[in-house]
Amino acid sequence: MEQSEENKKKVVVRVCIGTGGLAAGGKEVIEAFKKAITDFCVDIELDFTCHYQKVGCRGFCARDVLVDVVDGDTSVTYQGIKPDIAKRIVEEHLIKGEPVKEWLIDASYYAFHAKQLKILLKDCGTIDPEDIQAYINVGGYSGIKKIVSAMTPEDVINEIKASAIRGRGGAGFPTGVKWEACRKAPGDVRYIVCNADEGDPGAFMDRSIIEGNPHSVVEGLMIAAYAIGASLGYVYIRAEYPAAVDRLKLAIAQAHELGYLGNNLFGSGFHFDVRIKLGAGAFVCGEETALIASIEGERGMPRAKPPFPVHKGLWGKPTVINNVETLSNIPYIIRNGAAWYSAIGTGKSKGTKVFALTGKVKNTGLIEVPMGIRLGEIIYDIGGGIIGNKQFKAVQTGGPSGGCIPAELLDTPVDFESLGRVGSIIGSGGMVVLDETDCMVNIAKFFLEFTQAESCGKCVPCRIGTKRLLEILDRITRGLGKEGDIELLETLCADVKAASLCGLGQTAPNPILSTLKYFRGEYEAHIREKKCPAKVCKDLLTYSIIEEVCTGCGACRRACPAGAIAGDKKKPHRIDPEKCIKCGACFDVCKFASVSRE
Amino acid sequence: MNDILDGIITKYREKEGNVIFLLQETQDALGYIPEEAVNYFSEKLEIPPSRFYGVVTFYSQFHLKPRGKNIVSVCCGTACHVKGGSKIAERIQRDLGLAADGETTEDGKFTFEIVRCVGACSIAPVVLVNNSAYAEMSADSTSKLIKELKKKESSGTK
Repeated sequence: MEQSEENKKKVVVRVCIGTGGLAAGGKEVIEAFKKAITDFCVDIELDFTCHYQKVGCRGFCARDVLVDVVDGDTSVTYQGIKPDIAKRIVEEHLIKGEPVKEWLIDASYYAFHAKQLKILLKDCGTIDPEDIQAYINVGGYSGIKKIVSAMTPEDVINEIKASAIRGRGGAGFPTGVKWEACRKAPGDVRYIVCNADEGDPGAFMDRSIIEGNPHSVVEGLMIAAYAIGASLGYVYIRAEYPAAVDRLKLAIAQAHELGYLGNNLFGSGFHFDVRIKLGAGAFVCGEETALIASIEGERGMPRAKPPFPVHKGLWGKPTVINNVETLSNIPYIIRNGAAWYSAIGTGKSKGTKVFALTGKVKNTGLIEVPMGIRLGEIIYDIGGGIIGNKQFKAVQTGGPSGGCIPAELLDTPVDFESLGRVGSIIGSGGMVVLDETDCMVNIAKFFLEFTQAESCGKCVPCRIGTKRLLEILDRITRGLGKEGDIELLETLCADVKAASLCGLGQTAPNPILSTLKYFRGEYEAHIREKKCPAKVCKDLLTYSIIEEVCTGCGACRRACPAGAIAGDKKKPHRIDPEKCIKCGACFDVCKFASVSRE
Repeated sequence: MNDILDGIITKYREKEGNVIFLLQETQDALGYIPEEAVNYFSEKLEIPPSRFYGVVTFYSQFHLKPRGKNIVSVCCGTACHVKGGSKIAERIQRDLGLAADGETTEDGKFTFEIVRCVGACSIAPVVLVNNSAYAEMSADSTSKLIKELKKKESSGTK
């Protein structure tokens, strides 16, 4: 007997379409599921209806595409799914009821999650980011409803102060104190701005939060606006994040439809609306005063503080600028209470922090951990250790403003003060793991190339200082370093730090200072012995073929883009040092380890 | 072109006179910021061209030259850098016959760009073709990708 469609049980196939999921083929996987279902429908009557749910980043990007099959109360998660596997899952699992064992998540999936504490990311990856109802179903917008009916703006500020949350954008300033200062500033027009100009290379927390749970940011903005007395908010977001921009636009439109944005919200007399401003690509615009200039349509150049934006911000009005992750935390604090929040974390660093764990760890992805967790736990327990079982060398935190932390300090707890003490910062949350094959001088040079290019040029210490620092690092990596260069770097770093106008210049020397502190020997090897111990700096390497090992297969000859390798078949080949451009193609391609790189 | 620019000026006046907005609209419509457009705006709005150029050259999003039909970019953010992004960049330059970041092939089909972190660090190193990300690339897999793109272009299908 045929069952009517409504009486059939519902099976949900949930597919990750965050950045990682999309690149791994998330959309194609959904299509493959749909096609498989349709194909089977031709021959047999299915006893279920299949629904598809697209979700944002689930964190474990290294195992994408992640797919959940939710059947009633049971949920089964698959990893590494490609479109051609969809048919098997439909046939064996959905139709016959037997999950496909070889694609099920394994121990590493559980290990990846065991030490995490997901507050912000809990909903990110389970709810449909394109459906406001999904957010409402998990308690969304109950925070704003609660405060407009039962709390004064001062109550809200006190609650946020009591939670002790600190800004997630980098500086870690107490959010409640910032709000209070703005609220107390004279004037009747105020603004709330969400800083989504996530420019740190190696960071994608804000992007993932907006893509996976945009309504939490909108609600955070609403609560902040209510507290400080603003009726207009802006989200300043990178144009390089098109998917996030679209999700946010949709979220704002949906909130309008339900009457969550606009005039007289929830009958309380509170008016609020949000506008999106697209950044045009300048790292310095993450700095508050530069960001304001950019929203106003000008070159994004910082100005001296004070006056601080809370007193004189956007169009001269008192303005609070909060980072995406900070705002996203706010609805959860209001919903669960300040005491709940401040019970998580350490003495002065409360709550959780989202990190982008990348680089040479096995389990790359987006993680959320309680403040105070040890660095080593993140890298070895969550990250699963180093790829290829190579030696861990350092972890770079805080992007261009941060530093490199060596193996002997892996016991350092991750909180604002502790990372500061070892010469780095939490920053916005980038965490790039480096192994023995990374050259620390090269890493310092990489960051200086970045800050030098992104320096706005307004103040001399930053504009010229970063240029000179980069020149010195460049000559060291090219084997032209001189005695005294290290000392010169140290002096110049101190000057740039002390005299620069904004955070970009003040922190630009950090990558140099921290690598000098922990890896001074590498600098010395480059300068004195003209050697790069990690074998990265091209100009300090010589490639040659070990004749006794070479089988004469010719793979290197074919791979060499410079035509520098010659030799007869099955006879040892030779590299012409004059022609060699040191690209390393021969080294990479040789199966017999007969290319030496010294 | 002037009709398009006039339309943008009207919108600009509604938007509190935001120069970045004006330039973003121009680039969306024309693909780049032509000198004529800047001069036109300058005359109509009585704003010196230097103010437009000040903004254009400050932000990496703006281009003063037309770009190719396909934008092939390689991410050189931290995670991509340590996983070999620069080797991929060298390979793309070689395969497309371009000498530097931002150059376009003579036939106008490909522009090569180095970008700083697209926020896809967990799948580094990343190559982007017209905003679609390709995960965990190597120099060889990038060569293959470019070969396919060239083939698509020469067969006229896109």
